[in-house]
This record gives sequence, C-alpha cells and structure tokens, in this order.
Amino acid sequence: MRRLVVALALLAAATAAPTAAQPPGGIARPANESALSPIDLGAALYAGNCSTCHGIAGRGIYRRDSRAGVGNVHGLGPSLKDSGALAADFYLRTGYMPLGHPEEQPKRGRVDFDERELRGLIAYVASLGNGPPVPTPHPERGRLSEGLRLFTSHCAGCHQVAGQGGVVTGARVPPLDQATATQIAEAVRIGPYLMPRFSERAITPAQLDSIVRYVKLTQRPQDRGGWGIGNLGPFPEGMVTWLLAALALIATCMVIGKRLRS
Amino acid sequence: MKRFLLAILAVINGLRRRKERLEARDEERHERPDRIVPPGPSSPRAELAVAALLLVAALFAVGFIVVYAVGGDWNRTQLQGITFGGALAFAAIALIAAGKHLVVEEELEEEYHDPEHPEEQKKIEQIVDESGSRITRKKLLITAGGAAGAAVGLAAITPALTLGPLLDTDELRNTPWKRGLRLIGEDGKPMFADQVEEETFYTAFPEHADRDLLGSPVVVVRLAPEQLQLPPERAKWAPMGIVAFSKVCTHAGCAIALFRKPTFAPTQPRPALVCPCHYSTFDPARGGEVIFGPAGRPLPQLPLVVGGDGILRAGGNMSGQVGPSYGTVRSRRPT
Repeated sequence: MRRLVVALALLAAATAAPTAAQPPGGIARPANESALSPIDLGAALYAGNCSTCHGIAGRGIYRRDSRAGVGNVHGLGPSLKDSGALAADFYLRTGYMPLGHPEEQPKRGRVDFDERELRGLIAYVASLGNGPPVPTPHPERGRLSEGLRLFTSHCAGCHQVAGQGGVVTGARVPPLDQATATQIAEAVRIGPYLMPRFSERAITPAQLDSIVRYVKLTQRPQDRGGWGIGNLGPFPEGMVTWLLAALALIATCMVIGKRLRS
Repeated sequence: MKRFLLAILAVINGLRRRKERLEARDEERHERPDRIVPPGPSSPRAELAVAALLLVAALFAVGFIVVYAVGGDWNRTQLQGITFGGALAFAAIALIAAGKHLVVEEELEEEYHDPEHPEEQKKIEQIVDESGSRITRKKLLITAGGAAGAAVGLAAITPALTLGPLLDTDELRNTPWKRGLRLIGEDGKPMFADQVEEETFYTAFPEHADRDLLGSPVVVVRLAPEQLQLPPERAKWAPMGIVAFSKVCTHAGCAIALFRKPTFAPTQPRPALVCPCHYSTFDPARGGEVIFGPAGRPLPQLPLVVGGDGILRAGGNMSGQVGPSYGTVRSRRPT
C-alpha cells in the first residue's frame, strides 16, 4: 500500500507543473521600447512582467492578501534585492521566469524576451542591490575525473549521474541536457527552487569548472556500443543484452529442434 | 622465389593425387556388390546453399581480421561485432541447413524381443550384484557423506551472514560518536560552526573514527533557529540552528544524499532530507521525523555543541539506532 502511495505521489509530482509556465497575459512591453536606454527598458519590463510577484523595486511580496496585479494574479515572491545579475541571467535565459502562477515550479521554456530586453532586465535587477555578477566558468580548465567525483557526491543524488534529472519529493528535478556552462555555474551558486546552493567554500571555482566539464560530457555521451540505453550504467545494458540474447537463443533452439519434414 | 616455386609444385602434386584418389574410389565402387539401400535423393541445391553460407561466414571472419588490422576509424566495436557476430551467425545457419537437408534421417522402430536365455541372464545379474560391493559399513559411509555435504553447503552459504544482522551486530548497536568528539568534514578538516551555511548541506564524520562504520556519517544542515520545532528534550541539540542526523536511511540503509530547501518558503515545500532510493523524506526541523515515504522511524539525531574553539562537537550519542530497520528495531521509537 505504501508503495502505491509513493508511486502516486511521484506521479503527481511529475505531472504537477502545468505545460504553459508563462504569464496569462503574455509579455507586457513599453510602447517606445527602442527609444529607452537599456536600464530604463529593464525597469519598464520589470514593472510590467515581474513586479506582480517580486514587488516594487524588487522588495518581494510576502503576504497572500496582497492586491491582484497583472492578469489578476495574486502575487507572492521573494525579494530580488541582492539576487544580482547572476540569478537574473539564470532565471530569464532558461525561461524559468516569468512564471505563470506563483505556486508553480519554474521549468525550462521558451524565452520571450529578445537579447536587448534581457540585458536591460538583468542590468535593472543587478542595480537593485549588491548581488553577484554573471560568472564565467572555464570548463576547459577543469578535470573530468574530478568533475565526475564531485558531481557524484553533490549533484547525482537528484540529477542522476548521467545528468538526466528525476524527482525529489515535492518537485521534479530537471535534466541538464540543455544547460549551458554559464547556467550550470549559476545554478550551483543559486540553488534554484528546492535545490541546495553551494558557496565557493563548498565548491571552489576550480572545482566548479570540473563539474561543468563533466556535465557537458553527459550532454554528448560517447556511446561506444552504438546505443546508450539512457546511459544509466551497466545494469540496464546487461538486462537489454540478456533480453535480446535470450530471445535470439530461444529462437535458434526452436529452429534447430523443429522437424523440417515428418 | 624458391619457396614460391615449391608451393606451386606442392599444389600441382596435390591436384594429381586428388585425381588418383577419385579414380580409385570409382573403381572401388564398381567392385562393390549391388547396393541394398537405394541411393537417397540428392540435393545439390542444398549443398550449394550450405557451401555458399559457409563461404559467407568465412568472408565475415576475414572482414573481422581486416577491420581489426586496418585499425583507426574502422576499428570500431560496432564493426568488430557485426563482422565476427556475422561469421558465427552464418556458420550456425549453414550447420542448421546442413542438418536439415543433407544429413540422412531415418526413423525405425524395433520391438524388444524376449530374453533368449532366461537362466543365464539371471545368473549374470546375480554375478553383477554380488561382485559390485566391497562395502561392509554402509551406514557409516552414508553418514560421513551426509556430514561432508551438509558442512560444505553451510560453508557455502556462510558469507550470506554478512547480509543480515546475526553474528556481528555491534556495528548496528553502537556508533563511534561520543560526547566531545569533533565533527570532521569531507575535506578532512574540523567543521567550524560559523562556516556552516543555510540552504545547503554537509557530510561529517567523527574524529579518529573509521568513516566506513554504519554510525559514522552524519548529514549536517543549518536552519533558521525560528524554523526549528525540535522536541523539548532536544532543545539544546541545535546550536545556531545547526542540526545533524545519521546519513543512513532508516528504511533500507541508503545514503541520505538529497537535501531540498525552498528558495521562497511561502510557495514551496519545506526543507527536507530525502533518501534517493525510495524517497523517504525526513524533516530536519522536527527532529528527523518521517514526512513521506516507506521509512518506519525518524532519522537518528546527533546532539551538537559548539566548543570554545568554535568547532562543532558531538553532545552525546545518536538519539536512536542507526541504519536500516529490521525486526524489532522498526517499531522502536528513539527517546
């Protein structure tokens, strides 16, 4: 019975997030967009698309009885004061934000802002406080073996050693197949949604380079056998081999044992 | 050059001999009396097919050698597999075809006839029976054989004891934690309380102890002190909001490798320690209580104190038995 409950809960967690994680009203843009300086454009876009949940000037909204904002959504969201360019760059360029409803789990999706708008928004969020800048990882300086070791001990519990994601109770764990090097480096420092965050003391920048290099490897695995079978390791591979081999062997036995004329 | 000529001579010689052999066989056949069994239906097509299949098998095998010898981009496991596997497969098909179409099959039935010399047969049976035995102490030998068989069988399954708690259970009952032992991080350095950050998790071990012991590893997280809802008797176990729990799940003994923390508490699930094997979920703010999943009892908590040097130390032993639950342990709630 417990197993059934677990299975149902996992199913519920996996299907909980709705398909369209975008604001119901679409993106609101200022009319004189090209005339605005980047930071003013960012402020205007922030007011139209973000302030419903993150509040005026990124102060956050912490009470459920707030007045409805754009699209009649009752906003609820954290302060962005010291999020910095790092978090803004991550959430906007992955399509995690803007979110359709404050209770949803953000998920990777289409980015509805163009490059100029993104830069303006990121600059605006960065100007709200003393947040970290966008990091520049150097995966080419990392070591794959160290990356595998660190990924196994820090990340694989949720993301699987092949970086294919999974579930944690209450949320889906995203696969890392589309993450860019910068986004991996940002996510490690932020800890988006339910993910823990890792400071530079827990994972040094050099170690982060190794992790990024390893994750980039999992995105293009070298399938020496021709078929990766999900790159989940020797157990599924062995099982597939045995299933195919067993069928072939049984078929062969039947052919040999069958009387041709009698 | 000389060798080459010799080889050609040898081949010519072989061909001549073959001709002689064939002629000899023909003569022999002529000399033989009329045949009893009519010649079976010959099947030149099947012969041809079998020969062709065998040649294809040979071709594949040669292909494997070529692929292997050429190396570089051509020397790939896929090509090796296809060529060698193909050789074996075609050889097998050729043999099956030969067995079906070329080997003469005949089914005959013959009834057993009655024994011709009943008395003599009985006598032979008696001789066999009497001469077969030198054993005088049959029971002794059977007993000894049984003992040997049983002992060898038991010896073979003895290693299975390692799978369950039967003989050496000290590790399950005792942990290396004692009051005053420092917490050592994964990097081998003592953990300073003020360096433990919120929204992330750490693994720690007792100093001077074997890290591989079941009771050694603990997972350390820091929560905001106002978030903590520990039982009253554990009120002093979490200095600065830092709590430590056994890293071994109480369900099946996997490592608690997942820590989830909300980025924004009002809309997201509360912090939890999660076991990746069966998703047992424990609440660090409430003393490791089970909030989801198959685990039957809370995670054992390690009381913490901060020493005068600012290093985290154990304030005593774990609150309950570490490791997976079995038998009576499952229902026993720790104090």
